[in-house]
Amino acid sequence: MRALCWHGKKDIRCDTVPDPTIEDPRDAIVKVTSCAICGSDLHLFDGFMPGMESGDIMGHEFMGEVVEVGSANKRLKVGERVVVPFTICCGECDQCRRGNWSVCERSNRNKDIADKVFGHATAGLFGYTHLTGGYAGGQAEYVRVPYADVSSVKVPDGLTDEQVLFLGDIFPTGWQAAVQCDIEPADTVAVWGAGPVGQFAIRSAILLGAKHVVCIDRLPDRLSMAKACGALTINFEEESVVERLNELTGGKGPEKCIDAVGMEAHAVRSVDSMMDRAKQTVMAESDRPHVLREMIYVCRPAGVLSVPGVYGGLVDKIPFGALMNKGLTVRTGQTHVNRWTDDLLRRIQDGQIDPSFVITHTVGLEDGPGMYQTFRDKEDGCIKVVLKP
Amino acid sequence: MESKRKHRGRGRPALHAAAVGLGVFSIGLGLAELLAPRSMARATGLRGREMLLQAYGLREIATGIGLLASRDPAPWLWARVAGDALDVSTLAAAARNGKPDGAHALAALLAVSPVGMMDVACALLAQSRDNARARSAWDYSDRSGFPRAPDEMRGAASDVEAPRDMRTPAPLQALEATG
Repeated sequence: MRALCWHGKKDIRCDTVPDPTIEDPRDAIVKVTSCAICGSDLHLFDGFMPGMESGDIMGHEFMGEVVEVGSANKRLKVGERVVVPFTICCGECDQCRRGNWSVCERSNRNKDIADKVFGHATAGLFGYTHLTGGYAGGQAEYVRVPYADVSSVKVPDGLTDEQVLFLGDIFPTGWQAAVQCDIEPADTVAVWGAGPVGQFAIRSAILLGAKHVVCIDRLPDRLSMAKACGALTINFEEESVVERLNELTGGKGPEKCIDAVGMEAHAVRSVDSMMDRAKQTVMAESDRPHVLREMIYVCRPAGVLSVPGVYGGLVDKIPFGALMNKGLTVRTGQTHVNRWTDDLLRRIQDGQIDPSFVITHTVGLEDGPGMYQTFRDKEDGCIKVVLKP
Repeated sequence: MESKRKHRGRGRPALHAAAVGLGVFSIGLGLAELLAPRSMARATGLRGREMLLQAYGLREIATGIGLLASRDPAPWLWARVAGDALDVSTLAAAARNGKPDGAHALAALLAVSPVGMMDVACALLAQSRDNARARSAWDYSDRSGFPRAPDEMRGAASDVEAPRDMRTPAPLQALEATG
């Protein structure tokens, strides 16, 4: 089969690789009909996440048709359409039973390595480094889905791939980012980053009833998409984020702040971000946490910081004194996708939201390597790429 | 939904190569100024101003790292242009001195000028690329994802109650919410 494989920094190729096979009775093999390039795939593309090996199959946002099921998988049938969450979960461990799907205690095959790096292992993820299990990803014609009887989301008739594909990651990720803010009707929610997760976080915050949602980015095309759903916007290259947010909130700061940017913040004109760039280049710091610093500084005391943006390792100069003294609550983590999928699927069916709004590019798998570059450089108005294997 | 494609900006690889070249040059020159200030001071007619040269060396290293690390070289190229202006003014002042320092400073000034012109050219090219990208921005203002106007959708999911592990404790809630 054909698959997009990682061969090093900025080196993704469309290779021919062996087809996956059933390895465990609970597995399923899915013929991928649609998959997407996620912003967090770019951390692998840019070489900022450790634990990749040449030939690893990329992709953790995919859906398709079940073509084979293991003998113990009684929930799925051949021919059914499923969306597969990016977190691999057993459904039986203590964390899964508590709904903390993204920290499943059994699905990470490389638990020993993850224990050393993070203290304790988190769930296995598709196509996302050997620190999270080294599972083959879904930017391929076929993919093996472990524990497919637990996590796969069956797609009802009448919904297109484009409407439901993002249930596997970015829609629940933006949703959880907003839900964990515990939004109240008087709240101003500030969202850093107008990429795909940011776009879903903005819409989720509006659906959950935030009085104002403010989006911070620098790219006019992305800001126009944020504005489309009623967000106020701040272009951080044109005005001061802190001054503008304080102005919009009567000098008090937003109650809730969402970091939908993560480890590769692109601010370049502030001293702290210049230092981050320099330190990252000489490997003295793994992540660029400009957004975290800004959120801690501008958030209203007793407010909430929600961090769906991916961080990989070590960050410097975090103003922890401000965070502590202001009594801020920080909620973060990979998304517990299965907590939200039933509810979000119902909202899509009810027509409350059509997630396909975010798709800007649809191409074949063979064009995937080029689209990584386009997406990374934010060229051609690229916000979300869907691949059709 | 319709795919949107267009060609990338021309000249991008050349600009990238020039930025990398200038970054490496900047770091090399900076290290020389930082680590061998006496030799560099003799060569540029700035004897007695070794500490100033070391400070300039730090500046060169910082801009060099910035050029190598950044995806958008424009601000770092302009930083180099500003540094060039500083270099030229320092060397021009030294060139007024008598021999041999004045002559050395004049020679250094002549050596710096082509690099400065290249810095200006690259900075202008990078800036024009950024401006062109801003001008050609796609307009997605019709992509709300909602079936109705945003104000009508506000609160449509307010039936959702945050799970227990994601709730804000009552003392931290807004007064309107706690009653």
